[in-house]
Amino acid sequence: MTGEAIAFYVLAAITLASGIVVVTSPNLVHSAVALIPALLGVTGVYILLNAEFLAGIQVLIYAGGITVLILFVIMLTEGGTGLRVRQRNEQGPIAAAVAAAVAALFVALAGGRRGRGRFRRTRRARSGRVFSARTCCCSRGRRSCCS
Amino acid sequence: MGVTPWYLEALRAVVGTIIIFSGVAVVAAMLGVLLERKISGWIQSRIGPTHVGPRGLLQTVADTIKLLQKEYIVPQNADAVIFASAVVIVPLAALLDYVVVPVGTTRWGPLIFRDLNIGVLYFAATSSLIVVGILMAGWGSNNKYALLGGLRSAAQMVSYEIPIGLVLITISLLAGSLSTVTIVNMQTHLWFIVSQPVSFLIFLTAATAEVNRAPFDLVEAESELVAGYFSEYTGMRFALFQLGEYGEMFAMAALAVTLFLGGWHGPGLPSVVWFLIKLYALIFVFMWVRWTYPRFRIDQLLGFSWKVLIPVALLNLVVTAYFVTVVHR
Repeated sequence: MTGEAIAFYVLAAITLASGIVVVTSPNLVHSAVALIPALLGVTGVYILLNAEFLAGIQVLIYAGGITVLILFVIMLTEGGTGLRVRQRNEQGPIAAAVAAAVAALFVALAGGRRGRGRFRRTRRARSGRVFSARTCCCSRGRRSCCS
Repeated sequence: MGVTPWYLEALRAVVGTIIIFSGVAVVAAMLGVLLERKISGWIQSRIGPTHVGPRGLLQTVADTIKLLQKEYIVPQNADAVIFASAVVIVPLAALLDYVVVPVGTTRWGPLIFRDLNIGVLYFAATSSLIVVGILMAGWGSNNKYALLGGLRSAAQMVSYEIPIGLVLITISLLAGSLSTVTIVNMQTHLWFIVSQPVSFLIFLTAATAEVNRAPFDLVEAESELVAGYFSEYTGMRFALFQLGEYGEMFAMAALAVTLFLGGWHGPGLPSVVWFLIKLYALIFVFMWVRWTYPRFRIDQLLGFSWKVLIPVALLNLVVTAYFVTVVHR
């Protein structure tokens, strides 16, 4: 396993774990705070894709701006306890089932790609520098970084 | 970067973290607190600390050792997780700023931890995380003064981030790059303070507000809010908040040196010495302002940002953009 793959799995674990806290925590403030590691994990994935500018903007606007806005609104409108508003309703199991199905679909798609012949080129491109360079052009909209 | 194995990168990151942490803790927090006390004493016709060490030089070291031994007190009904994690976020966000600050130059290249090509944006992004820590500390303490301090800080820091961002855009436009090293290199002949005096004043004002220092220190207005968001913190946790505050102040001063005062450039002396001279000159200005001006009211504070600083900064940006794109091309 390369360092890049290890970094990706660590970042994915951080993002998913804090994402689960966001949706399951009974306390509104905890949910808002747990959003920060989730957003920072996504930032790490952007950096792995060589999209540094997007990563900087993500931290500046989402982690440093939107989260503060959410916390501010909770503290001003809700009395500051974070506990008065009910966090879940009876649709929880259905939503969980849909989320699990979508996750299974993604995993199946990503795993199925690997075996087929016509995706082989994509896979090779994905593992090498070509993919990073391409992502970097798309994210920055510049020709200069395409080699 | 592509040729270095990842474990070397990781090792470099760990070593860099240790160097930045100890450097900031000693240079910024310990020396900063001592300077603050000495300068405030000088301005108020007092002597300041004199007893520990020669001329009181070791006073902050003694204070730190004392704080290390103190008990951790968590208030009743406080949110323990948020209360404890806020302590980590504030100094961490302040220390992350130093990754892109170029402190000098050598034969092999500039002395900087990592010359990111989004340097200035990275600085803005990491310093914007401090407000999250402050809000968490204020809310997690279960104390009305701390909560008020945290809310004031959120309003204040979010408002003053905008003029800082506009100034950063102006300077990057002028330099043609977001990298701090390129910005310093562009100032070899003419410092940006000469071509952008308005930007410099806006940046200095907004930076004072951003680091919550007088006359914008409503966050910890001691006559109204005890100590603001860190009222309930004791021992080393309190010391870490102080480290975060002074670290952020030094980071803002270092960024001002990088953007406007030509970074490490200067005749005769080594580049690091020039950088430190300029840094401490700006720190002195911050302290001078703190002990000279009285505190604003919160409505004056927010009005000043939204009605004065932001329009002026926008106008300045438009004029600079006009000159960069139309006149000089």
